[in-house]
Amino acid sequence: MSSIEVAGKSLETDEEGYLLNLAEWTEDAAKVLAAAENVNMTEAHWEVINFLREYYDEYQIAPAVRVLTKAIGKKLGPEKGNSKYLYELFPYGPAKQACKIAGLPKPTGCV
Amino acid sequence: MAKVEFETPKMREYPVIPIIHADAMAHSQPFVASSQHQESLGFPGQLVDNWKEVAIDKMGELLTKYRSLKVYLDSCVKCGACTDKCHYFQGTTDPKNMPVARQDLFRKVYRRHFTFAGKYFPRLVGAEDLTEQVLGDWYKYFHQCSQCRRCSVFCPYGIDTAEISMAAREIMDTIGKGQKYCNEIIGKVHKIGNNLGLPEPALADTLQGLEEDIKDDTGFDVRLPLDVKGADVLLVTPSADFFAEPHIDGLIGYAKVFHQAGISWTLSSYASEAANFGMFIGSYDQMKKIAERVRTAALELGVKRIIVGECGHAWRVAYSFWNTLAGPFDFLDPRYPSPQHIIEFTSDLIDSGGITLDKEANDNRIVTFHDSCNVARASRMGNLPGGQFELPRKVIKAACNHFVDMPADTIREKTYCCGGGGGLLTDDLLELRVKGALPRMEALKHVVDNNGVNNVAAICAICKSQYSKVLPYYGFPRDMIVSVHQLVSNAIVLGDKQ
Repeated sequence: MSSIEVAGKSLETDEEGYLLNLAEWTEDAAKVLAAAENVNMTEAHWEVINFLREYYDEYQIAPAVRVLTKAIGKKLGPEKGNSKYLYELFPYGPAKQACKIAGLPKPTGCV
Repeated sequence: MAKVEFETPKMREYPVIPIIHADAMAHSQPFVASSQHQESLGFPGQLVDNWKEVAIDKMGELLTKYRSLKVYLDSCVKCGACTDKCHYFQGTTDPKNMPVARQDLFRKVYRRHFTFAGKYFPRLVGAEDLTEQVLGDWYKYFHQCSQCRRCSVFCPYGIDTAEISMAAREIMDTIGKGQKYCNEIIGKVHKIGNNLGLPEPALADTLQGLEEDIKDDTGFDVRLPLDVKGADVLLVTPSADFFAEPHIDGLIGYAKVFHQAGISWTLSSYASEAANFGMFIGSYDQMKKIAERVRTAALELGVKRIIVGECGHAWRVAYSFWNTLAGPFDFLDPRYPSPQHIIEFTSDLIDSGGITLDKEANDNRIVTFHDSCNVARASRMGNLPGGQFELPRKVIKAACNHFVDMPADTIREKTYCCGGGGGLLTDDLLELRVKGALPRMEALKHVVDNNGVNNVAAICAICKSQYSKVLPYYGFPRDMIVSVHQLVSNAIVLGDKQ
């Protein structure tokens, strides 16, 4: 089983680098996960990550891309409420890459 | 995810048969399912000790159960007609991705154990034992077939390569070597009701959000009802329609069509998935279990009709197999097709004047249509031969002024797979997916260059996600891919009929 090192602690991940235990996620873990993805975490990235975690707490799943863009648009202004903006932040795709950094399981299916 | 390194194939001016490179894709294989994912489907958690015996026994069972499989294994004459018809062969140049060579990985073991010549003179007839090496090849190369069946169109004997890939995957599941992507997803359908693992409260919240969006956009109260008993229609659609883009724009389109036609409908949180990955892994039992959820939901909700959303293989399963898997559906209204495709539904409403489309709403688009394999080669629509080709084009043309088809040898029954079908739409197979998209991207480039096409429309969740992922690798914009009902959604005239 794979793992990542965060502040001297070893956190288990699956083959693709998603955290196995959501409860072990910390902001430091997010930074390590982001670094492995070549994503440089800025304020804008944290907005997305925090929204994902809040939504997950309530619904036990990541939000639809549209729900995410709407929420970000409300918070940061309509010019940022679109998937193009999210792809700029998370080039591999907001659903999967942002989920990984937020410590959430990977969205599965035909997505 | 960002670590996969490979070169995107160069698009060729004229598609030619590629020069082969042995083992070019011998490194490509999907993650193996964990014991938890295996066991939740009733498969062994890991490779069983006596896997060779179990595999050969299973092969024997499948040969008795599916006579077609035996016919396909016996009838190949190695004519070579299929060799260059596979998108994965064209994109990867690996000779084991020639459909005949991929089949032979299975056929040589069949010959060794189930034919007279193979038992006594194996070397004369290319018969081989199922060794670890052969099993490794099976795992790699039967996950480099999207079961699209394009090769079968060109096979003079009609050998269905997909059935051989399905049989190989079923045998591998039986000995404990399943694929993570498919088996994790099937487990989620059994537990939660859909591939995504989207629980009812999240689904309800998403649908409510969409109703608000449509109201903001149009001023109309278009509903997306969930679990409404007594509705006329149950809509079963891929769960990607609730999550991904451009899928969700198609879902909005379905809702507007129902609204404007004044037909009561509902989604089901229990059967919140049209996809049936049981087919991809060749498991009749898994297919049946997934299909039965739809029947149960339809009975509980008391609906009169079942309509299937934009999902390629789901339509194959629904159209060709639902009746025997979960039928008879004699409780539905016999005046309507059972099941019915959303394209058929919208097409009928266009004919009857039940909805009106304003084509000018899509005047910024020059659209082409991608025929999805399972719709094109394993089903039908409407009451005319080739309806599965005609009706989607008719709906697009009713919603758009500008439509152009891709070259004739890449559409309709000869359509090329998007590169992500058959249970391969997973990040661990990204290289294969990008390379396998080559022939489709070349055909697309042709109409982009010659006709100014700026949108490609599809009626399959896998195709839409695969396009979104691979278009940028070939220099096309990601949002070039649209749902057919997204075009309908843009064009439909809401409100009082004039």
